[in-house]
Amino acid sequence: MASRKKSSSRELLRLEKTPTGIPGFDEISEGGLPKGRTAIVCGGAGCGKTMFGIEFLVRGALEYNEPGILMAFEETPEDIARNVASLGFDIQDLSNKKKLFLDYVSVEPHEIQESGDYDLEGLFIRLQSAVDAVGAKRVMFDTVEAIFSGFSNSGMLRAEFRRLFRWLKDRQLTTIITAERGEGTLTRYGLEEYVSDCVILLDHRIKDQISSRRLRIVKYRGTKHGADEYPFLIDERGMSILPLTSLQLQHTVSSERVSSGVPDLDEMLEGKGYYRGSSVLLTGTAGSGKTTLAASFVDAACRRGERCLYIDFEESRDQVARNMNSVGIDLAQWTKKGLLTHEAWRPTQFGIEMHLLRIHKLIEKVKPQCVAIDPITNLLNGSSDKEVYSMLMRLLDSLKMAGITSVFVSLTRGGSDLEQTTVGVSSLIDTWILLRDVELNGERNRCIYVLKSRGMAHSNQLREFVLTGQGVKLLPVYVGPGGVLTGSSRVSQESRERTVAIEQQREVERKRLEAQRRRLTLQAQVVTLQTELDALERDEKNFDREDEKREEQEKVDRDALAKSRGSK
Amino acid sequence: MKPKPKGFKKVVELRLYVAGQTPKSLAAIANLKNICAGTFEEEYRIQVIDLLKNPALARDHQILAIPTLVRSLPVPICKIIGDLSDTERVIVGLDIRKVKPAKTKTRRQPA
Repeated sequence: MASRKKSSSRELLRLEKTPTGIPGFDEISEGGLPKGRTAIVCGGAGCGKTMFGIEFLVRGALEYNEPGILMAFEETPEDIARNVASLGFDIQDLSNKKKLFLDYVSVEPHEIQESGDYDLEGLFIRLQSAVDAVGAKRVMFDTVEAIFSGFSNSGMLRAEFRRLFRWLKDRQLTTIITAERGEGTLTRYGLEEYVSDCVILLDHRIKDQISSRRLRIVKYRGTKHGADEYPFLIDERGMSILPLTSLQLQHTVSSERVSSGVPDLDEMLEGKGYYRGSSVLLTGTAGSGKTTLAASFVDAACRRGERCLYIDFEESRDQVARNMNSVGIDLAQWTKKGLLTHEAWRPTQFGIEMHLLRIHKLIEKVKPQCVAIDPITNLLNGSSDKEVYSMLMRLLDSLKMAGITSVFVSLTRGGSDLEQTTVGVSSLIDTWILLRDVELNGERNRCIYVLKSRGMAHSNQLREFVLTGQGVKLLPVYVGPGGVLTGSSRVSQESRERTVAIEQQREVERKRLEAQRRRLTLQAQVVTLQTELDALERDEKNFDREDEKREEQEKVDRDALAKSRGSK
Repeated sequence: MKPKPKGFKKVVELRLYVAGQTPKSLAAIANLKNICAGTFEEEYRIQVIDLLKNPALARDHQILAIPTLVRSLPVPICKIIGDLSDTERVIVGLDIRKVKPAKTKTRRQPA
């Protein structure tokens, strides 16, 4: 009570918090647990209460230099040490280094008789000596409720609990008490009555034989906090909470472009490909070439020397490598060079959060520039649409935050609307490429088109998608009066067109020859006429000359005649 | 507190854990003295341990409630918590038997 008065008189000071060091928890609680106060971690059996508390102590000792005390009521320190060793915590070592004080409090009702008044001073003495021994800042009681089963005087117990929490608060010890969840109440013995600053509820639920863990901050007095249920995991590195829904749309974008791995597809995307850091969705019916397209993208990225992560929910690494070899994509070489990390696991292997977390951890480990997930629809096998949607949203957000270009493959089930994703993620996606089959004339051909691509003038064309020994090729489809033609109908249409073209060419050639012939004929005629003309001209000249000669002769004759007459 | 060597008697070893001079602790010490001043067949040894002076023993001996009376001998160990005001329960709990008042009064006298 005293500290509450203090805090209200200094209203501007924010509630001080003690970071737990548990990945994710400090984000949703905006800093950790209330400093110097007691928080309850409650939940059913096996929900991870002890783990939460121990990680709080271990990380406090290791990362924040705050020694801690573990008061264990249910398990001996040896058992606890063994249990948490699998998570990489060596609490025995911490204990030897005086960073952690382990005290096993044995409460065995069958060997205890009561006679008259008593209190729990022994517990306080033990706590005090532990605090003195390591200079503790953190305390955890696991599970303090065991005391309730050991003592029958409930009035005394309540008074002692009240005294305990006050005692802890007075010494500014940040405390976690774990409590079993009761029927309709948060804790079986109503501990939340005494500790009302912070209540954290853990839950472990099974749906379709797949377990998932959730954490919720039920109450956190004096501070704002995430109110959602956050999935969390316990794995070989301890506990991790996924606070990713708290992320906002603040990622920076890049205008750099990366190839889709198919030059013809790049051509449809302004000739440059996807934006770096964007998310690409490849949807299509079964066997429409989605995986090949995703593999092409990964292949191109590796060729550029980028690190890639390929997560497969359908096929094993070797199977994909073999299949892609048949279309001229050698993924194995990139795996060997360490550029490609190809992970495959069954979607039913565990719950949706585990998938998400596993992907996150892989991303953290591999630090890829490109990620491909094939196919996201398989995740639906174990979870509901809504869960998958929220998981993908969080995954997309974090990928974008990291500037990772991602390709998601989604299978459109037979009979469903092509332009609708099963998971409904299309609105989260930047570039959506749709692959479909066209059945015509007894054959099935693949078609591809860009349904949307944010921030670029993408092609509106439907192309035929052909798998060749050298990868993917896109061909323009035949669009004519007979509709869109693909495959052999396109080929036959093309050959018909070729025939017509040849015919036309021949006709032109014929006409050209004809014209040439006529021209030559006319030229010949011109030559003949010219010759005649020349002859006529020559004749004309001859006639003139003869005429002159004749006139001369006549003159000579006349002169001769006149001469002869004059002589008479 | 004051062991009385009586070779042929069954030995009862009692330890009373207290924390300082609290009313409960003082009451427990007094009550135990009274009970033991009663008449028993067994030989008993009593030790009063003040955990404030020796806090480590609280952990070593698994003491939670104060006061706690522990019968460490004969086995099995049993514990009685409280100020021992319910004499009957203490006697039943310690599994000690009263003998005829006339004999025992003079024999068992804790200092």
